[in-house]
Amino acid sequence: MAAHVEGQQHPIGIYLKIWGLLFVLSTASYLVDYFHFQGYLRWFLILLFMLLKAGLIVAVFMHMLWERLALMYAILVPTVLLMFLLGIGALEADYTFLTRGVFFLKGLF
Amino acid sequence: MAQAIQTNTGQSLPLPEGIQGIVADWSSDQRAFKNVPWGKAMMWIFLLSDTFIFSCFLISYMTVRMSTTEPWPNPSEVFGLTLFGKSIPLLLIAIMTFVLISSSGTMAMAVKFGYEKNRKMTFILLLCTAALGATFVGMQAFEWTKLILHEGIRPWGNPLGAAQFGAAFFMITGFHGTHVSIGVIFLLITATKVIRGDLDHERPGFMTGRKGKYEIVEIMGLYWHFVDLVWVFIFAVFYLW
Repeated sequence: MAAHVEGQQHPIGIYLKIWGLLFVLSTASYLVDYFHFQGYLRWFLILLFMLLKAGLIVAVFMHMLWERLALMYAILVPTVLLMFLLGIGALEADYTFLTRGVFFLKGLF
Repeated sequence: MAQAIQTNTGQSLPLPEGIQGIVADWSSDQRAFKNVPWGKAMMWIFLLSDTFIFSCFLISYMTVRMSTTEPWPNPSEVFGLTLFGKSIPLLLIAIMTFVLISSSGTMAMAVKFGYEKNRKMTFILLLCTAALGATFVGMQAFEWTKLILHEGIRPWGNPLGAAQFGAAFFMITGFHGTHVSIGVIFLLITATKVIRGDLDHERPGFMTGRKGKYEIVEIMGLYWHFVDLVWVFIFAVFYLW
């Protein structure tokens, strides 16, 4: 399972299958917009297809699946920290929206 | 008393796996990333830093979009195309997405043929990847032209709604398009090296004394797949939100 020094060697079939799967997932996320899904269903589907596509690209096309854990964790763990930035951004945006509503748009609240 | 100490055990021990493997790799007092050429490890670290840059853009975009009290222009309509007298939402963006995914597929196969030392196939697939990348940039140029000239969208405002739309759009897609353009240039350089046989004959590159090896195709591939990866996120959070 561990890749040897010669580099990553995998049968061509796996790339073609993942390629096909990425096409299907992209079509699916386009259809979410085409059929005007709204609300939580839209968000769930968009994020689901996004994460599946991202996962497939990183795992197979970028060969992360076959790398040693030391590299995998060095790259993937720091990206998890971005979730905190995302959370802070969302909190701040909510607060800004609230204050804008209170001070600039009297009557919105 | 003389004692012979065996210093050469003949073969290296198998590397431990799992959590033990992580600890062993990082504490080995050697390079931490085993079985990986250093160029590839460095590309991964560069991509990690690039991930943070793109995340800063996307998270700032989320922040301005959530905090604006003006209505946000509907991307589904802004990026629609009229085809045969019928307007289809997001069509151009959907085509761009498929073009970029296809280029990722040809790139993955180029890496595979590279390690098989199949010079001709690697060259052809790298050229296909570069052509698809250039197509993507061309379509993006078309999209920008349409938005700037026909819709009147500017970084500081637009007639459709929230002023931040233009700033976020031009910054994010512009930065991504720059990455694609640079990728196309490097794909052409890599393709030239492959077809000239620089990698088969281990000729050093233009700015380095290191021998040419087929691992540079994989390193190029990492960058290219990353560009595709970023587009996946832009497509989801900018165009589909």
